Amino acid sequence: MSTLHTVNKSPFERSAFISALNHLGPGDALLMIEDGVVGARKASAFAGLLEKTAKNFSVYVLGPDLAARGMAEKDVIQGARLVDYGGFVDLVTEHDRTQAWL
Amino acid sequence: MKLGILVNEGPYTHQASDSAYHFTKAALEKGHEIFRVFFYNDGVNNGTRLTVPPQDDRNLQKAWSELADKHKLDLVVCIAAAQRRGILDQDEAKRHGKNVDNIAPGFRISGLGQLVETAMIAERLVVFGD
Repeated sequence: MSTLHTVNKSPFERSAFISALNHLGPGDALLMIEDGVVGARKASAFAGLLEKTAKNFSVYVLGPDLAARGMAEKDVIQGARLVDYGGFVDLVTEHDRTQAWL
Repeated sequence: MKLGILVNEGPYTHQASDSAYHFTKAALEKGHEIFRVFFYNDGVNNGTRLTVPPQDDRNLQKAWSELADKHKLDLVVCIAAAQRRGILDQDEAKRHGKNVDNIAPGFRISGLGQLVETAMIAERLVVFGD
């Protein structure tokens, strides 16, 4: 059973981001939304960990939330893919369930 | 696909209400069915019609009502959470001796059973909160 994990807080603020990474299983995907997009920032203290995660799991960032925080695709780690709200909906339907790490 | 939405946060806390709204709108545009949007905890603050945000600010309560009207959405606020926060419909206002009700158009007050039913019947439950 595949799970879409959503994270909506920065890893610098809460441990939910790390918890989500530790719970990724086969076929799972991680989607960073709201302040969670900060976790995808290139060269941050969490970048190495996320880059490693992106080699084994699908990692997505919500583009509108990234843009709202003054960042663009060039600012995020390699391996992370940008989606819009429609892409968010597709990810929800493509996975068997959604787990929000609040 | 049949989707259920749970909103646990009010429109002026962080971003969860906005995210839930944009997700719901995108899902409807893609032809999915929204079985129900359930508002719990501070999320019930999305369901008042008495807010007056500045004209250049987004008006989320109104946006939900308009989306509900357009797509015949079932917007449900949790009764216990709503009573604590002063969200009342006509019956509840009368029952508690209040001189006004404030539930926004398209919203209705009901119990947690409606959330359980959403989790059971919707093929996916997507949670937005803090």
